[in-house]
Amino acid sequence: MAREVSKGRKAAVTLLAWGVALLIFFPILWTFLTSFKTEGEAINSHPSFLFFDWTLENYETVNQRSDYLAHFWNSVVISLGSTLLGLIIAVPAAWSMAFVPGKRTKDLLMWMLSTKMLPAVGVLVPLYLLARDTGLLDTKTGLVIVLTMVNLPIIVWMLYTYFKEIPGEILEAARMDGATLSSEILYVLTPMAVPGIASTLLLNVILAWNESFWTLNLTAASAAPLTAFIASYSSPEGLFYAKLSAASTMAIAPIMILGWFSQKQLVRGLTFGAVK
Amino acid sequence: MATQASHMAGRLMLTPAVLLLFLWMIVPLGMTVYFSFLRFNLLMPGTEEFTGFENYSYFFTDPAFWPALVNTLTLVLGVLVITVVGGVALAVLLDQPMWGQGIVRILVIAPFFVMPSVSALVWKNMLMNPVNGLFAALARGLGLQPIDFFANVPLASITAIVAWQWLPFATLILFTALQSLDREQMEAAEMDGAGPIWRFVHLTLPHLMRAMTVVVLIQTIFLLSVFAEILVTTNGGPGTASTTLTFLVYMQSMLQFDVGLGSAGGIVAVILANIVAIFLMRMIGKNLEA
Repeated sequence: MAREVSKGRKAAVTLLAWGVALLIFFPILWTFLTSFKTEGEAINSHPSFLFFDWTLENYETVNQRSDYLAHFWNSVVISLGSTLLGLIIAVPAAWSMAFVPGKRTKDLLMWMLSTKMLPAVGVLVPLYLLARDTGLLDTKTGLVIVLTMVNLPIIVWMLYTYFKEIPGEILEAARMDGATLSSEILYVLTPMAVPGIASTLLLNVILAWNESFWTLNLTAASAAPLTAFIASYSSPEGLFYAKLSAASTMAIAPIMILGWFSQKQLVRGLTFGAVK
Repeated sequence: MATQASHMAGRLMLTPAVLLLFLWMIVPLGMTVYFSFLRFNLLMPGTEEFTGFENYSYFFTDPAFWPALVNTLTLVLGVLVITVVGGVALAVLLDQPMWGQGIVRILVIAPFFVMPSVSALVWKNMLMNPVNGLFAALARGLGLQPIDFFANVPLASITAIVAWQWLPFATLILFTALQSLDREQMEAAEMDGAGPIWRFVHLTLPHLMRAMTVVVLIQTIFLLSVFAEILVTTNGGPGTASTTLTFLVYMQSMLQFDVGLGSAGGIVAVILANIVAIFLMRMIGKNLEA
């Protein structure tokens, strides 16, 4: 039985919810608006909300500093690279745990999860030294390796929960029909697994894009992704609000759009299937 | 029935992931434990020697240790209280019938996707700056004295920023959990004359208990490692006012190059995180059986 909701109540709820939502979103909106202001307007002691001279000059300036695009590219390479590498390692593992579970599968899953509980700072020194001694410090390769391992447990877990939902009988049927293991994976499993793999990819690109411990500690200049590049604006000589806003807007826009598509996967991925 | 061959194949497919994760965990952690028993400073190479528990006693007697521990707990607890209470309120609000619910949800979730260095810089400069920030402009508009947030209330300011980043996470998970609430039971209670507060306390809250626990545990894991927000805003200061354990270890090992001392601190952080992790693992493990 659907409950009748009065128009008045619905209007009040709508007003309240929009008010709260806009308040939470406000810092992002403010950054976005400031990115179109002149530097003078940006630090005006009587800030204007919409009625200022809109300008694209900040975006031009930020993009002309050739290093912005280089750091953006670093972010793309590092987040996509680490996620793809992680998937290559994790897909077979998750497949095997979901469809040929052994006695120890559950323990194995829990152990993988436990590696995620290790605080980064506990292994900061050795990883820094290892990266330095192998020449991987401040390289994209080094960060791809580190972020692959950081996110591997989440990737395995997410894939596992998706693969678990694929009915095993379909695989049985394919096997009865004489399908070999490789054709079973290629023609039966893969098409059904693609949505789950895509969600996993999406969430992990987001996580890697925003990762801010290793990207700040293992890069100096050349391999620094946007997280580290934007952090460098905190030095006093970098304090230009409008340009900071333009750089920030460009850094968060792509990932925010991806994120809005992945709300559901976010819950599943970050709670390790504990809340669906 | 899985065949013998597929079992073999399964094990083969599992090996790379397991082996890599094992090495990833054991090698650096082993090195940290080893370093923590050495006198080892990167500025004085070749002087490493075994010192037993000296680094640990230095770490625990460091004047910054207790403030850092208290700051860590304050930050974690502060953010947890704000995000769980706010998250429940927001989840219930979002669950009501309204116009434009999809857009409201998108707006509420947005802060979670902002990278920590961006949110820290935006809050620090554009909102909280005592001269040019928006909060200062608002205060002046109301005839009040603007607050110098990071000089006077550094830890509270960082707590606010981190809470802003994690409130969407709590809201999203609690909202998802709310979807599985038994609506019929809710309506039956309403028919019986139960008011909205009674229904919230006796039906909604117990239903959300499990999701709240998950939120608390997972956030704790991430919050113990908050780093960029501190680096960008206060650098742990003024003094040690906003230094957390993570930040203290970072300063000792990366700025003072004291590998031994930093490693001892790292191990302390690992032990602290493990206490939380045990509870989390138990929760998730139970769910795996269900």
